[in-house]
Amino acid sequence: MNKILLIIKREYLSRVKKKSFILMTILGPILMVGIMIVPIWLSTQKTEKQKIEVIDESFLFTDLIPEKDIVHFDYPPITIQQARDGFFDTDYDAILWIPKNVLNGGQKGINLIYKKQLSNSAQQHIQYSISKMLYEVMLAKNNVNVNLIKDAKDKSTFTMITTQVDETGKDKKTNRGLYMGIGLVAAIMIYIFIFMYGVQVMRGVMEEKTSRIVEVILSSVKPFQLMMGKIVGVALVGLTQFLLWVILSTTLYTVAVATFLKDIDMKQIQAKEEVIKIGENLDFEKMGKIEEPNEMTQLWNDFKQVDMPFITLCFLFYFLAGYLMYSAMFAAIGAAVDSEADTNQFMLPITIPLIFSFGIAQTVMQDPEGSLAVWFSMIPLTSPVVMMVRLPFGGVSALEIALSMGLLVLGFLFTTWLAARIYRTGILMYGKKVSWKELGKWLFYKG
Amino acid sequence: MNILSAKNIVKKYASHTALDDVSLDIPTQSIFGLLGPNGAGKTSLIRIINQITGPDSGEIFFENEKLSPKHVEQIGYLPEERGLYKKMEVGEQALYLAQLKGMKKAEAKKKLKYWFEKFEMDAWWNKKVEELSKGMQQKVQFIVTVMHEPKLLILDEPFSGFDPINANLIKNEILNLKKQGSTILFSTHNMGSVEELCDNIALINRSKKIVDGSVKDIRKEHKSNVIEIEFTGNMMGFTNSLWTYGKLGEHSAEGEMCKAQIQLTPGSTSNQLLSSVLSAVEIHSFKEVMPSMNDIFIKKVSEGNAIGTQSNFTE
Repeated sequence: MNKILLIIKREYLSRVKKKSFILMTILGPILMVGIMIVPIWLSTQKTEKQKIEVIDESFLFTDLIPEKDIVHFDYPPITIQQARDGFFDTDYDAILWIPKNVLNGGQKGINLIYKKQLSNSAQQHIQYSISKMLYEVMLAKNNVNVNLIKDAKDKSTFTMITTQVDETGKDKKTNRGLYMGIGLVAAIMIYIFIFMYGVQVMRGVMEEKTSRIVEVILSSVKPFQLMMGKIVGVALVGLTQFLLWVILSTTLYTVAVATFLKDIDMKQIQAKEEVIKIGENLDFEKMGKIEEPNEMTQLWNDFKQVDMPFITLCFLFYFLAGYLMYSAMFAAIGAAVDSEADTNQFMLPITIPLIFSFGIAQTVMQDPEGSLAVWFSMIPLTSPVVMMVRLPFGGVSALEIALSMGLLVLGFLFTTWLAARIYRTGILMYGKKVSWKELGKWLFYKG
Repeated sequence: MNILSAKNIVKKYASHTALDDVSLDIPTQSIFGLLGPNGAGKTSLIRIINQITGPDSGEIFFENEKLSPKHVEQIGYLPEERGLYKKMEVGEQALYLAQLKGMKKAEAKKKLKYWFEKFEMDAWWNKKVEELSKGMQQKVQFIVTVMHEPKLLILDEPFSGFDPINANLIKNEILNLKKQGSTILFSTHNMGSVEELCDNIALINRSKKIVDGSVKDIRKEHKSNVIEIEFTGNMMGFTNSLWTYGKLGEHSAEGEMCKAQIQLTPGSTSNQLLSSVLSAVEIHSFKEVMPSMNDIFIKKVSEGNAIGTQSNFTE
């Protein structure tokens, strides 16, 4: 027992001390926080006000297009030809040309002529404003009361509230999008963790085999001890990295928000993004929704409804048990082959269940209680990913969870037993091209 | 007393038998040579003694106790294909391997300092193994094998891959360790080192033990009754003086100086031969030609193979 601790310690320390580990641990959170912060930060940087020269041949829009902090409109009484000819002598950033027949299908001829690409939000603003104005003008022209339409829109637009009732009869508000998000993040992390660290186990085993240190070590410890020591050691490395990422990301995020975004009203950012989103689709159905109560607050309230401690515990379980099961197989591959190139034929069959479980995640999200979801959340090879997708929806019974976890533990014991038998034969076998048939034979060799 | 006894060891792999009913006894504080051509089963036997693999049948006793995992700490093993963790520092790695052999860290550190000084390699402690030359790595490997002062030291082809200086260093260390009470089992096909170092040997060929015993006895047993005589005088007269005691074999003459090998005829003694030739020529030297271990090895192995081939024919 003492010896397996020694092995775990060596496997752990030799990896944690590596430059690549330290680099990954530091760069990961920086990248993650960067991805979150930089776009927000950039969008809040005051861009220069862009000056637009509007040549409105229809006279419908003159002096009417709403100004914004990023765009300013001028309406000089010149023709488009004149405007274009003198364009580069003026300090205008763009010419907006609205043709005469804009109400008779000419809106497709509306043209924005620029020297340099306008900012996305400026362009969106122009398009959105003109489109909205055209819409209202069209209605008015046909004697339709704009306010009536608006009222009808307001009174017919809604987002359905879904309510789940638990056994005690208490109501629970549900938010599918949020659950999908949580499940997906958990599934992605489990998937990446198993792959990344499983391959590390395999490489470690191959290193011992090809450097021939293994025979010296096996004269002191049992092959099983060496294999498990490595698997556990690498698992601890993974947990360390995960923990450091969480801590570093949180700290970094807090610091970054405090320094870069300190003068920015978060509400303003949201509002801005909202406008961009609506402008993009030009979805009139959604227009009435702009004034909805703060969505972030809503999301946060829903988030608080999710049983996070329970999901976190389950996540840790599936995270570790899934890794342990797969890494035993990765260790067996590492022991069976002589070089990295030979690993491919064995890697594929092992990774297929993992990739598959990730592939059906989408279907599972659509129907978390469907038979596909239930079955694959029981089968040990796919359960770590599939169950994590199902859990946030909250409909999984305690019995199902217990069964799935129990089966996963059994699966882990079985693959470890299998892998240990391949490992102890393979690790001392050199210069032999190993086939599946050969591996099968190794299972029945006496120790 | 025997430090190690192997009794009727059988080890089979899917398609062939690696060891077929092999028994041996290794006396305490001796050097035991395990000989045999490549693929004879030496490494299989060594792995079984190291408990890396188990025999299909048969038993091993370590100091009259059934071999068990606790004996691991009393055995030091230098495999034929030997390596180290390339990315690990030398000192750290040696400490790790010492602790795996059950040594306490402080004790291991002390022992290692002693060996590192002895082999003049203190400066390597913090170097990574990949920075060392092959010869340096071999020294590290040797130290790692002996640092926990094992009662039984198993060296698989210890001299292969060592340069002559290191090989000599290792040889002296082996003799030293024996003096201090260790028993050494080493496998080799370097017959010169066998004659020089070994007290006892076992020869394994085609999974079977074909010869074993003390080196002295084996050579005596295989002596071919050939006498080499150096003399001055007439070769013709010399030949005539042999009578029926012996037959002239290889011979050469450089002027008066002659050298001849005589095969004693069965029933004759070397004394009879000597007195017979004394009167004919002037004798400078007279000695019995002992077969080298190399000759015995080749003879035994090729005999075994010939039988093997024959039985293949009759099958």
